[in-house]
Amino acid sequence: MPILEVADLQKNFATQIAVNKLSFQLDQGSIFGLLGPNGAGKTTLIRMLTGIFYPDEGSIRFQGHPFDPANDIINIGYMPEERGLYKKMKIGEQALYLARLKGLSSQDALRKVKEWFVKFEMQSWWNKKVEDLSKGMQQKLQFVITVLHEPKLIILDEPFSGLDPVNSNLIKDEIYRLAHNGASIIFSTHRMEQVEEICDHIILMNKGEKILDGSVSGVKQQFKENLFAVGIEETASPGDNGWKPESAAFEVVGQRDGQWVVKIRDGYRPNDVLRYLIDNGKGITAFTEILPSLSDIFIRLVEGTPLARQFQPVKLSV
Amino acid sequence: MKKMWLITRREYLTRVRNKTFLLSTFLLPVVFILFISGTVLLQLKTKSHNRIGVIDANGFFSDYLKGDSTLSFDFSPGIDTLNYEKRGCTAVLIIPRLADSGKTECRLKYKKALGLEQSSALDDRIRDAVTDHTIFEKTTVSRAKLDSIRTESDIVHISSFEDNGQTARASSQTSAYVIGYVSGILIYLLTFIYGAAVMRGVMEEKTNRIAEVMVSSVRPFELMWGKITGIGAVGLTQFLLWIVLLGAIGFIAQGILPHDTLQNLPKNTPMSGGTAAAAAAAAKVQSSGFNLSTFIINTNMGLIIFCFLFYFIGGYLFYSALFAAVGSAVNEDPQEAQSLMLPITLPVVFSFVIMTVVVQDPSGPLATWASIIPFSSPIVMMARIPSGVPGTVPYWQLGLSMVLLVLGFLGTTWLAGKIYRIGILMYGKKPSWKIMWKWAFRSN
Repeated sequence: MPILEVADLQKNFATQIAVNKLSFQLDQGSIFGLLGPNGAGKTTLIRMLTGIFYPDEGSIRFQGHPFDPANDIINIGYMPEERGLYKKMKIGEQALYLARLKGLSSQDALRKVKEWFVKFEMQSWWNKKVEDLSKGMQQKLQFVITVLHEPKLIILDEPFSGLDPVNSNLIKDEIYRLAHNGASIIFSTHRMEQVEEICDHIILMNKGEKILDGSVSGVKQQFKENLFAVGIEETASPGDNGWKPESAAFEVVGQRDGQWVVKIRDGYRPNDVLRYLIDNGKGITAFTEILPSLSDIFIRLVEGTPLARQFQPVKLSV
Repeated sequence: MKKMWLITRREYLTRVRNKTFLLSTFLLPVVFILFISGTVLLQLKTKSHNRIGVIDANGFFSDYLKGDSTLSFDFSPGIDTLNYEKRGCTAVLIIPRLADSGKTECRLKYKKALGLEQSSALDDRIRDAVTDHTIFEKTTVSRAKLDSIRTESDIVHISSFEDNGQTARASSQTSAYVIGYVSGILIYLLTFIYGAAVMRGVMEEKTNRIAEVMVSSVRPFELMWGKITGIGAVGLTQFLLWIVLLGAIGFIAQGILPHDTLQNLPKNTPMSGGTAAAAAAAAKVQSSGFNLSTFIINTNMGLIIFCFLFYFIGGYLFYSALFAAVGSAVNEDPQEAQSLMLPITLPVVFSFVIMTVVVQDPSGPLATWASIIPFSSPIVMMARIPSGVPGTVPYWQLGLSMVLLVLGFLGTTWLAGKIYRIGILMYGKKPSWKIMWKWAFRSN
């Protein structure tokens, strides 16, 4: 059962459409990447999913029923991009306070805060103030506060910004573990390499609209250009020894790390390349498909709209 | 509701546990007392004595101009405008021969001005001298008779009673004045202090970037309202502690101060400027010390205290919501806050100015209207109530004023809530009033 179903969601601001007729669904336990350039409408979408904004049109269904912010908020954990904590408040107290604001009872809040502090080795921080922590430590605390109440849906906006690799991995592992235990995670970012690594499913937004929706591998397949890297058993690089392959099946478009990069023409298959090379007595050491990175796809799709904040004007019908 | 209570509790506890709170609660009354007693003492000690040389062309003023501890006259024959200082005079008064009809102009020559109070005292003495002389010269009344008439006529004084239909109640204008004035000042100060605290609190949430974390758990309105109630509770706590402390200090002071200090205080200090006003208020409290205690017995203190709390809370809620809206709209820059605060601080300051007028004329049209309109009613109404309910302030005015204040703060809270909701998530450019107006009145 999908945990979240969004249908035709729309939000208008005074002069622009921030989110335009957006639909998608999120399965339980999946890690979902929400991509888009700055100003694409990601934050507005997330604010509607967390009950901060009301949608102008469309519907959100959460766990099978219409989304009701007042009651469903306890099942959502949200770490906004613009995040922070009360600087002068003691860390233990602050974690308890924020947990109770989510709706936990004081005993539950205390038990869970302690549990998580032990897990992240933060017990000694209890009586410190936030202003005494380093930025990375603050981020860690922020993550703990977001997931402390064990929400079903976790929304993380740029969760790794400001983290060193060690803490990044700590949080990444925790994200995997939470997803494994059944939580669904929406992961909003414009850092493509992280998305490729973590997410099962992505949607790409631009100018308030969804322009791509699918699994990471599916999207890569969809945008592949039939490029293969071919390693040939030879000492010199392929172009230098005078031999040039002449085949209707493919052409060499470049080279990478001593391997040919070949593009297979329409109507041919990789086997045709291999057959041609074998027939010509070449030894093959490697044959790999080159899939486009999400970054490439992202840039290709968003290209032509380099300026982030390009929203369509709202058409006023009188 | 439960979440709002959590927010209120946090706002209250973090502030009350803060060292600044303890410091301001316990030091402020001490500073206040020291300040007032200092001013009063200074007034007593520095009361200057002026000796004025007189050059009289008529020859009779030496019999009629009477000196006392603050003003004395020197009629020695050789005194003139060049040597008066050498003879120990601060000024020299030249009285020409009085004209039979029309005005005669006397001249006063000095290096250091006498000050407003002494100048007018001098004016009065000269006038009295002329009157006395005229009565004595032009009627058959003897000098001794005239003096005894004066003494005998000085036996009437007015006791005020407030007419309440069947019953009448002794009242004191001075005490009403002092209580009204002090209440007005207090509400004015508290509105500013705690209103600004609300604004800073909202700005802190915004600059710390915790606003969005918060509003994903609670509704913005709950967050704003929790903050307002929490800080309001801090204000009430502090105020009650002050009352207790001032009471204690007053009790101790009564034992220490010699009783006649209270009698020697100046009675009519002119009201000009804040410090003079405070000193005068203090002087009046003390000079009317006796009246005040009868006043407390005779007046409905319960009503005054109830009204004070009502108008303090009402005024605080009315203005703090607006302060919260401003805090949500600005960014880190305190200067932005300054310019957006102006439209809120102006009515408060105006109310204060109106209050200083109303306290002298608590029944005039300005007093009536300013105490009914919610923008100024918290400060102005408290200046009127001690003069008497339902005499000076009819019940309908009090009722209308209270209802309007409640409606007023519901209105400002609603308005501020809408601005706050949007402002708290906005970063970047400072919004103009026009944009904030749009936020408030947009349909969704």
